[in-house]
Amino acid sequence: MDQHSLLFQAMVYLAAAIVFVPIAKKMGLGAVLGYLIAGIIIGPSLLGFIGREGEDIMHFAEFGVVMMLFLIGIELEPALLWRLRASILGLGGLQVILSSAAIAGIALLIGQPLNTSLALGMILSLSSTAIVLQTLNEKGWMGTAAGQSAFSVLLFQDIAVIPMLAIFPLLAGNAAPDTAAHTHSLRDNLPGWGQTLVVLGAVAVIIIAGRYLVRPLMRIIARTRVRELFTATALLMVVAIAVLMNLVGLSSALGAFLGGVVLANSEYRHELESDIEPFKGLLLGLFFIAVGASIDFRLIFEQPWLILGLVLGIMTLKGIVLLLLGKIFKLNTDQNLLFAFALADIGEFAFVLLSFTSQAHLMSTEMTAMMTAVVAISMALTPLIMLLYEKVIQPYFTRSEVSTEREADQINEKNPVIIAGFGRFGSMTGRFLRANGIHATILDLDSDRVDALHNLGIKVYYGDASRYDLLVAAGAADAKMLIIATDHPEQTRDIVKMAQRYFPHLQLLVRAENNEDTFELMDLGVLHIYRETVDTSLRVGVDALRMLGQRAYHSERAARTFFRQDERTLKGLSALRDDKKQYINSMKERIEEMEKLISSDRVKTWLDEGQGWDAETLRDEIRGEKEGEE
Amino acid sequence: MARVLINFAHPALEKSRVHAQLLRIIKNIPGITLNDLYEQYPDLDIDVTREQKLLEQHDIIFMQHPFYWYSAPAMVKQWLDLVLEHGWAYGHTGKALQGKYFGNIISAGGAEHSYQPDGHHGHTVHEFLLPFVQTARLCNMHYVAPFVLYGVHREDTSDIKEDAAELGQVLERLRGEKFDLTPLPGLNYLNQILQLPAQTR
Repeated sequence: MDQHSLLFQAMVYLAAAIVFVPIAKKMGLGAVLGYLIAGIIIGPSLLGFIGREGEDIMHFAEFGVVMMLFLIGIELEPALLWRLRASILGLGGLQVILSSAAIAGIALLIGQPLNTSLALGMILSLSSTAIVLQTLNEKGWMGTAAGQSAFSVLLFQDIAVIPMLAIFPLLAGNAAPDTAAHTHSLRDNLPGWGQTLVVLGAVAVIIIAGRYLVRPLMRIIARTRVRELFTATALLMVVAIAVLMNLVGLSSALGAFLGGVVLANSEYRHELESDIEPFKGLLLGLFFIAVGASIDFRLIFEQPWLILGLVLGIMTLKGIVLLLLGKIFKLNTDQNLLFAFALADIGEFAFVLLSFTSQAHLMSTEMTAMMTAVVAISMALTPLIMLLYEKVIQPYFTRSEVSTEREADQINEKNPVIIAGFGRFGSMTGRFLRANGIHATILDLDSDRVDALHNLGIKVYYGDASRYDLLVAAGAADAKMLIIATDHPEQTRDIVKMAQRYFPHLQLLVRAENNEDTFELMDLGVLHIYRETVDTSLRVGVDALRMLGQRAYHSERAARTFFRQDERTLKGLSALRDDKKQYINSMKERIEEMEKLISSDRVKTWLDEGQGWDAETLRDEIRGEKEGEE
Repeated sequence: MARVLINFAHPALEKSRVHAQLLRIIKNIPGITLNDLYEQYPDLDIDVTREQKLLEQHDIIFMQHPFYWYSAPAMVKQWLDLVLEHGWAYGHTGKALQGKYFGNIISAGGAEHSYQPDGHHGHTVHEFLLPFVQTARLCNMHYVAPFVLYGVHREDTSDIKEDAAELGQVLERLRGEKFDLTPLPGLNYLNQILQLPAQTR
């Protein structure tokens, strides 16, 4: 590939991303779907800008997944793993085993050989970590019971790929004695057990190098104090792992995950994380584009019903298994549906595993091509399914729960306060009001939390507070105020708009995440805005001043003065911002904003507070008289 | 041996010249309890139980503060309002403070002659302190003569040091063994106990 075409390709990819992702976001489809659509459009099936060598793109883009898994690995705290152990092993393990068995059984029934069936079962049981996590994050569902369960299952799947890759050579060994040595993998000339040994050896190399080589290396790099060397080292590490894994014919993603886990406890963890993060984002986008581009529409148009049937059949089967497991693990119906919808797709590891199976002659080339299409379509469907869940299924549950609630106890209770969102923020406010005899109607989107609160005898509505009917049911027409304490700024703004439009009499007390968010709320005309960490930060400041020997009363007053000053400056900035709304360069703006805030801090000398207690001017006056007398 | 409690209230001690010096002396006298109210309750949220317990544990209670606007900083009022509860400090069953001694240690900007009927302020400090006097009486306490630092606006560091040393001597004398407290309410200023014989009992 000459330089010209490489640059051209880069341009096509980037342009496609820039054009389609914002459109998709605007239409409420989410970034992942945007990338996929971009891929389909620039791919060989439509415009044909890219992708005559589909595998090449995929191969390159797989690197995004590699980096994502590296980051997932590095972010994995042992404590988190321990806390989730039941759901990782139980839920994850059962999902992989049951789905594999079900799929393999059906494959066997329709006449596939045993080893092919097993391989298919394992490949198709996996779900897409990239798409699911990205989508859950985007929608803000990561913290829900379903989100946590999905995360556990994905984690188990990521780990389960290791034994799968180790088992495949054995399966292949049974199926077809190796005839062609067409790849450069180290393992090709080895017997089945030897290949397994090589795989384990490579894993061992990563663990040992991660443990004993990386730390001294990072220390040396840190001493040079050249910032970009860190980035280079981090990249080198991931690339080296990928190369090693390719050498033994394994998934680089898996190796990277392992490398990440090994480094999770290192003191350079955050450094590595922040260095890799932007590459991950870009490459992951590229990966999604590649998935879109790799959908072979010619194949699909040849056998549309077969492929569609396969996709729907497999996803339904996986969905049923997931629903069953969710039931066993006591997820609520709506959470269980989200869980099943999220994980019913087939994951990106399937591409890796499929390329391996075709090399190892576990499957015919046609079958591999068809399966690749199936996998790609199912991945492309995932964001759509999630959208379906968000728009159709979730509202249904919201309504039904509300209606049963309403019959139960709406008549005898009219609360003056409605709290939207009862997480760590709203719960504090709610508890405080309750302790002071003010009863609030609480709306929350996490059904497990809702159940728990019900058990404590607190009136809770499950559902999205930006829905008109829910607010009505919650008694918004008679309430005095609405406290909006939801996690997500966008959701918060939706609720604000809804309340302003239909319940203008409600006092709105709104939680804001940061300054940017505060400005948005100011633009909406919200009067009572509470930036979520301001009070805590200032309390830390007060304690710090006190520990440094300043008077407690002075420190408290200084904090309150600072707070008022900050609020005032923020209002000023907000007005300024309105004037130049066109100019949105958020990072740069944020820095300028910070500069303005800090320079306004300096205007005040904090010790000038409380002139009345000091009377320095009076002292000067009296001393002046005294000199005059003399 | 009399147990002395000093309830100290200054909202801006970091800028104070006089009281900072006084505290330096007070802290060096063993057996005197210094209760720094603004430091203890920066949000004016007074722990009544703690304060009452402190009062019960002492015989002589001083309110030490600047003489802001012929009175005391806001904290002192808050303290009086909340701590001296009915039924505890006064009323039929309020005998917790009975027989204790109560007084003020104050710093005033104006000179002594300005606190005269014909002076700049038109009244004596004692007249201005009437609410404290009557508060003590209502709580069955003896109001002792105030310790007053006059003209602190004009004082320089060495003057202040002298004043502080004098307060130190007064406090030493008060907590001394066998010192007779009964003449205290009859004095004009607390400093005058330095002229009394050291052991009167």
